[in-house]
Amino acid sequence: MLATMWRIRCFEERVAQLKRTLQVPGLIHLSIGSEGVAAAVCRQLSDEDFVYSGHRAHGHAIARGAPLERVLAELMGRRDGLCAGLGGSMHLVCRERGFMGATGVVGGNIPLAAGAALAAALRGQGQVSVVFFGDGAAQAGHFLETVNLAALWRLPLILVCENNGFAEFTPRSAHTVLERVSDVVAPYGLERKTVDGGDVDAVFGAFGAFLARARAGRGPMLLECLTHRRRGHYEGDPERYREQLAEEEWRALDPLARLQERALERGWLDERAAAALAQRARDEVERAVAFARSSPYPQPELARELVFAGG
Amino acid sequence: MSGDEPAAGGLGASEPRGGDAGKLVESTFVQAIAAALARAMRADERVLVLGEDVAEGGPYTATAGLAEEFGRARVRDTPIAEGAVCGVAIGAAQAGLRPVVEIMFIDFITLALDQLANQAAKAHFMSGGQVTVPMVLRTQGGAGERSGAQHSQSLEAWLAHVPGLKVAMPSCAADAAGLLASAIEDPNPVVLVENKALYFRRELIPDPPPPVPLGVARTLRRGRDLTIIATSRQVHDALQAAEWLADEGIEAEVIDPRTLVPLDLETLGESVARTGRAVVAHEAVRCGGFGAEILAQLQELVFECLEAPIQRVGAPPMPVPVSPPLEDAYRPGAEQIHAAALAAIEWDKPEGVSYARRGAAAR
Repeated sequence: MLATMWRIRCFEERVAQLKRTLQVPGLIHLSIGSEGVAAAVCRQLSDEDFVYSGHRAHGHAIARGAPLERVLAELMGRRDGLCAGLGGSMHLVCRERGFMGATGVVGGNIPLAAGAALAAALRGQGQVSVVFFGDGAAQAGHFLETVNLAALWRLPLILVCENNGFAEFTPRSAHTVLERVSDVVAPYGLERKTVDGGDVDAVFGAFGAFLARARAGRGPMLLECLTHRRRGHYEGDPERYREQLAEEEWRALDPLARLQERALERGWLDERAAAALAQRARDEVERAVAFARSSPYPQPELARELVFAGG
Repeated sequence: MSGDEPAAGGLGASEPRGGDAGKLVESTFVQAIAAALARAMRADERVLVLGEDVAEGGPYTATAGLAEEFGRARVRDTPIAEGAVCGVAIGAAQAGLRPVVEIMFIDFITLALDQLANQAAKAHFMSGGQVTVPMVLRTQGGAGERSGAQHSQSLEAWLAHVPGLKVAMPSCAADAAGLLASAIEDPNPVVLVENKALYFRRELIPDPPPPVPLGVARTLRRGRDLTIIATSRQVHDALQAAEWLADEGIEAEVIDPRTLVPLDLETLGESVARTGRAVVAHEAVRCGGFGAEILAQLQELVFECLEAPIQRVGAPPMPVPVSPPLEDAYRPGAEQIHAAALAAIEWDKPEGVSYARRGAAAR
């Protein structure tokens, strides 16, 4: 998990640089601060499970096993991107790893995850469907409509909310009276839990327990992970609406620093191994940058061909 | 193109309008839908039906009998939550099922437009072809039942405007069944826009009705003087108008495109190039209606062949009134098509420049 988190962290930091120098086009939303949720959840899933995500999806795609170089090529609109350069940052898909799709419409694909869960339930082979979304999505109608349907049909759906306290620029207190997303679903009888999203062990344990029950047909559930969004809503966001955390405050919230410290304390790895993990991730990201830069843009005909399936 | 039929003439409610003339059975439009759904569900266990009240058969009985035969795991009543229900169908389709979702009135499709336009229509494209959405959305529109402005609209142009959605508008029972069968087989999201006023017309249809390929228009009546292109309920109005025109010595060709996306421009263009005059008729409001798109594409294709401006028939730019005489006046019918046809026939090139002279009858 630490290796996955380093891969996501290094990737996101590099994307921020590339965005500043306009080498990555378009709207970019980075997931620094929630790498632990992506890693702890995806680590426990199989390729047969269905995963959906929102606009802040790079980490989920990477944790799901999408190759870094193809994720980056996709962000840059290149032919060798995951989606042949037609999706971009907010619409990553890696079908072979069960990463079904991300969406730029906040909350827009929560019902899709329920649909995949319905297919899983009818198939009866223990597959589950997982959707990542932010706390902002919990105010959208599609969220509650889906919670109701999933509860009614007892779908193997695990809703994973990364509650970073901000819906775009607006703090949670300014757009809802409910502090916890897990409380929103309480009347529906969903199994629910709120954990510290910076505590990777806690996320891993809570999700693992839900997963076992969902596979046994006891869904749906909601796991709320409290996270800190290290970057702005999008790259380039001036963030006039909040104070930057001091470095030591961030360190206390940083899931990567916390997991690594714990790993060192417990002797799971030493400083040298930890440094090697980070270096390996940085090297992999640099190879991804070279790969993405050398990948050509897709041909215009490709766009026309892909409007409809089957020609 | 296939789908041609020799000059038929008239509305004849019991007239066979299917493919090959094998065994014919009497069926209403909704019975044909229900039977087509049942056939698809028998043939493919991935097919499931979901929507409000579908297990009860729905308000128009278009899903009657399905829950009894296939059970409520595959025929699923849903809450009144069009957005999530449509989204569930999309997700189920992405995960390998073949859902047919019903939105009871097209007026409620507003609540599912994010799902249709942003999710279903774009998933294949944005994933670089990794994901397909083989779902069908059935809905119905149309005025005439005194149901008021929120249960009577014709909104198909919104859907046809979004690349990635296919849109079909069956005008008879055999086409409804045949288009539905093709839509279920199609790997793309397909919206079938039915018309409630056609639901209980009795017709003789082949048993089983052959699949109707998406993108193939049907010529219902041959004529040399004028082409009338009409959709859904207006097809029947067009046939009536063609009868009146025939009495006046004018031979009108009547074509039903059957699908707006893909549009069989070849059949439409061939006909208009031959007749040189055309009327495009639909029940939707004229402004921004799909008729405008057909008209634009035709003039791009066959401008040199046109003897007169193509006339448009559609509803006026207002919500559908509930008061019976007002609704009757609102809904364009055979009279409007007839008048538009005469305007096209009688049109002469004006001397000099005159903006006063316009297509007379089209509202």
